Amino acid sequence: MTTRRRLLAGGAVAGAGAVAAAVVAGGPDRAVPAAATPPDDTGTATVPFHGPRQSGITDEPPAHAAFVAFTLAAGTDRRALGRMLRLLSDDAARLTRGVPALGDTDATLAVLPARLTVTFGFGPGLYTSAGLPAPVADLPRFAIDRLERRWSGGDLLLQICADDPLTVAHTQRMLIKDARPFAAVRWVQQGFRRSPGVQAPGHTQRNVLGQLDGTANPRGAELEGAVWNADGSSTLVVRRIRAEIEKWDLLAVADKESATGRRLATGAPLSGQDEHDEPDFAALDPSGLPAMPDFSHVTRAHVTDPALKILRRPYNYDGVPDAGGRPDAGLIFAAYQRDLVRQFLPIQRRLAEKDLLNEWITPIGSAVFAVPPGCAEGGWIGEQVLA
Amino acid sequence: MQKTQAATIALSAALAVFGLSGCGGSGEPAGATPTSHPSASAVAQKLTVRDPWVKAGRAGEMTAAFGVLVNDTDADITVAGAQSPASPLELHEMAMKDGKMVMRPKEGGFVIKARGTHELGPGGDHLMLMKPAEAIEAGDEVAFTLTLADGTTVPFTAIAKPFAGAGESYDPGMHMPASGMPGTAK
Repeated sequence: MTTRRRLLAGGAVAGAGAVAAAVVAGGPDRAVPAAATPPDDTGTATVPFHGPRQSGITDEPPAHAAFVAFTLAAGTDRRALGRMLRLLSDDAARLTRGVPALGDTDATLAVLPARLTVTFGFGPGLYTSAGLPAPVADLPRFAIDRLERRWSGGDLLLQICADDPLTVAHTQRMLIKDARPFAAVRWVQQGFRRSPGVQAPGHTQRNVLGQLDGTANPRGAELEGAVWNADGSSTLVVRRIRAEIEKWDLLAVADKESATGRRLATGAPLSGQDEHDEPDFAALDPSGLPAMPDFSHVTRAHVTDPALKILRRPYNYDGVPDAGGRPDAGLIFAAYQRDLVRQFLPIQRRLAEKDLLNEWITPIGSAVFAVPPGCAEGGWIGEQVLA
Repeated sequence: MQKTQAATIALSAALAVFGLSGCGGSGEPAGATPTSHPSASAVAQKLTVRDPWVKAGRAGEMTAAFGVLVNDTDADITVAGAQSPASPLELHEMAMKDGKMVMRPKEGGFVIKARGTHELGPGGDHLMLMKPAEAIEAGDEVAFTLTLADGTTVPFTAIAKPFAGAGESYDPGMHMPASGMPGTAK
């Protein structure tokens, strides 16, 4: 009885605390008082849209993303593509500055860009519609693939990223409306990373399996040769990879670590101490076996030549679990690289052939896109290809 | 694009005056000083048009153009008329009539106060394209010229947007259809 009364009293105190906090926070849209936290520009920060290269690629990934793929309407020819891309580029240029799009019916939602970027990708079908040779082709089928049409392909991709999900939602809505005379929505994949301020910029993302994901990304000067062509173009692979979390749950930590080749807590290779230690494939463990198992994900995916690395920029997804509580979660794997065939395909082939991690992940969607160069103020994305 | 070609001269002038090109405007934040527009033209810019756009529509069907009229001078300016190679034009306002909002020609034109702005927008004052000769397709650039009360002209280019709203009923009983309906996916 005493215990119970004490619990109830404790609950009442906690309740009062919550009320007090709510009062301090104030009305809608009011910032937390500056005295309570350091000044925060999360809402107002911007990433420039214009430039020789598109944004949303080598810049720090914001917390939220929507990958929106379109199927071009019949008759959307080269000239119509130009009209569409002028409109979409104009929308993107305005919205990324925190300015409503022309004819924006919800202008109030445009004022907090929160590092909004809009990145355009052109699928093979866009080039066909324009009567041009395509610089990218769909990936070959891999034995591990269980691809679903609803997550695959696409003539046009808009990758919309921001540190705020409402900003992403508004931008997605505006761009879909302006694309509508030209294209139908084919699929949308919405994903997330850690919220702004939770971890320092430059941290490696954790996926829903708890793995650090992106440790081996090219960094600093390596990005130049790995991601960008001389004209500012690149390529993008988007794959939807379902995580078989219920199966993953059955593993002990040591088994999880040997499947990936990294310590779960630190991300260090099993041959090293720190996340960014170079894996040593010659190192032996105390039992005399290779410290880095040859079936591990890191061993299979490892690339030495910086020019052959790919830039992974993934987002997690976490849908609605089924009645049995089984999750619908995984990774929106997005990788940027200069040359898909030279860089991405060899890695993917090695992983498809042998990677113990394949037991716990299933690719269910796949799409490839050429990433055209950026545009100057007054220009439009794709003008170098289509004008 | 034919409309644009038909009005090459007007369009070039508009480009020079407003620094417009493919993207149909530079889009400053609301409340930004309009002086940031380059006014290299020999024509002293009494009036500029910020963020112009036109609602896409079918040939022969009424549609409307919008934007913000910015008066950079110390005197009121009256826009007395407007022209476009794309369509006959009227200056319109929205007004209550018999308990219903209708649009009708604006008597005396649009008056922009000294150092003031005047917004043309869906549900408000607008430039009415009475009967476009051809379809105005999303992404088209349409040339316009405003005529001020003192006879000077102000050219500008507006980009066409698919827009479902602005379907106001015209006083004589005409109606603007929605634009931007989905195409047939291939």
